[in-house]
Amino acid sequence: MIAFFQSFLGPEWGFAVGYTLAILALAVSLLVMLAFLLLFDRKVWAAVQMRKGPNVVGPFGLLQSFADFFKFVFKEIVIPAGADKTVFLLAPLITFVLAMAAWAVVPVGEGWVIADINVGILYIFAISSLGVYGIIMGGWASNSKYPFLGGLRSAAQMVSYEVAIGFVIITVLLVVGSLNLSEIVRAQAGGIQNWFVIGGTLPVPLLLLPMFVIFFISALAETNRPPFDLPEAESELVAGYQVEYSSTPYLLFMIGEYLNIVLMCAMISILFLGGWHPPVDLVPFTLVPGVIWFILKVWVIFFLFAMVKAMVPRYRYDQLMRLGWKLFLPTALVWTILIAGLMIYARPDLPPAL
Amino acid sequence: MFEAIAFYIFSVILIASGFLVIASRVPVHSVLFLILAFFNAAALFLLMGAEFLGLILLVVYVGAVAVLFLFVVMMLDVDLAEIRKGVLQYLPVGAMVGLILVLELGFVLFSWVVAPEAAANRAVPVAPITEVSNTEAIGRVLYTRYVYLFQASGLVLLLSMVGAIVLTHRQREGVKRQNVSRQVARTREEGVRLVKVKPGQGL
Repeated sequence: MIAFFQSFLGPEWGFAVGYTLAILALAVSLLVMLAFLLLFDRKVWAAVQMRKGPNVVGPFGLLQSFADFFKFVFKEIVIPAGADKTVFLLAPLITFVLAMAAWAVVPVGEGWVIADINVGILYIFAISSLGVYGIIMGGWASNSKYPFLGGLRSAAQMVSYEVAIGFVIITVLLVVGSLNLSEIVRAQAGGIQNWFVIGGTLPVPLLLLPMFVIFFISALAETNRPPFDLPEAESELVAGYQVEYSSTPYLLFMIGEYLNIVLMCAMISILFLGGWHPPVDLVPFTLVPGVIWFILKVWVIFFLFAMVKAMVPRYRYDQLMRLGWKLFLPTALVWTILIAGLMIYARPDLPPAL
Repeated sequence: MFEAIAFYIFSVILIASGFLVIASRVPVHSVLFLILAFFNAAALFLLMGAEFLGLILLVVYVGAVAVLFLFVVMMLDVDLAEIRKGVLQYLPVGAMVGLILVLELGFVLFSWVVAPEAAANRAVPVAPITEVSNTEAIGRVLYTRYVYLFQASGLVLLLSMVGAIVLTHRQREGVKRQNVSRQVARTREEGVRLVKVKPGQGL
């Protein structure tokens, strides 16, 4: 697409126009998909509780998210009297912008990526670790007890689970030998038996399955999803860091949170489920464009997220910390060493150590 | 052209936020400006083509260290007037430290200019950037030539962490703690007792 615009606008302007259009296309399709994911989330939740869920606005309630959007936007922004105004309004913006920015390196199809940088996974890791600032700033700037406690909880929780996520990512990187997200997906080409959740290029099958489980649970904690939604636990903290937020700032918080969830779903499908590759490398499956497979995988993982939310009760805070530090971190660390040792035997083409 | 503009924007913001770290009146704002400074430093790394270093700076300093920093500063009730009281008293010492730091930085910079053989010393045998990505280049240098120093610095960090825990940890008496392994190992025989209750008597 960039080359197409460069052909008649010149190298610089073609570059600028092409990239702007690409970014707009990604952002708009993401936000539209998010609207329906939100509805899907609520529908799944309702189905588990044998309710109907939103079904009034549009057929089957399909337009519910858009109605909610307009309701949020047209409400008045309330800023508490004792709040730090600048930080208070900056916090939801940071959450939203960071959540959007992380998508710049996500490859949704072969070559369908805005910035194919060679440290892509590090970029996503960095951006998602910055997401905690939106919450912690919002909690502090509200100048109120419940938001503050929510912000503190969130900071401790997200920093703890980032460590486990980091080690899981390292195991996958060791197998692939590249930090580029497209390379990670390409390493899983050729059907479901090559996806890292099943086996990948490793000599022993199912070796990365425990890492997949740890990543999934840590992703729940990292995005403040139930059962780890302690920063906004409504029965103890009212709504945690977002108590004082209303209208558009609240909307930005919510969209940012859901974008992070979808990002985590995308990360799981890239790291473990073969990204844009079809499950079977045969004709009827390979005819479907890669982006469809990618979106399908994201929805499947999101369904799991929604089911967890519907079925599992909230963790207690000390148990949450115990799970992260005493269970996931040692397991992931041992697994990293195991995989690293295995790679020395599995990949004799690597340069010898020392 | 574009790179020059970006460089000046990032470095101006970096210096300004660095100044605001010590100038702002609210301690939390200071930390936030510090984070902004880190962010712009990472952007400068990216501009230089050192993307690995830039993103590691973000992950380690902004994503972890500064969060804990913010965490602590938010919980402290810092009285700035109390801190500002002794400024004049400490000013000479502070100025001395600053001066020495500036001088050292100057020595480092000017030794490259004055002594041509010094430039050869800073050049470490790195694989050319056209062949390997700079992530791999750093890895090759760090895990071969400097592996002992690298491991030693890791050991120092580990020791300091253990030391901090040992110094501050105290075993309190009379606290009810959850013993997870005992809970999991509990069997039906331990937990359930069948009693025959006679009617009208109770237990």
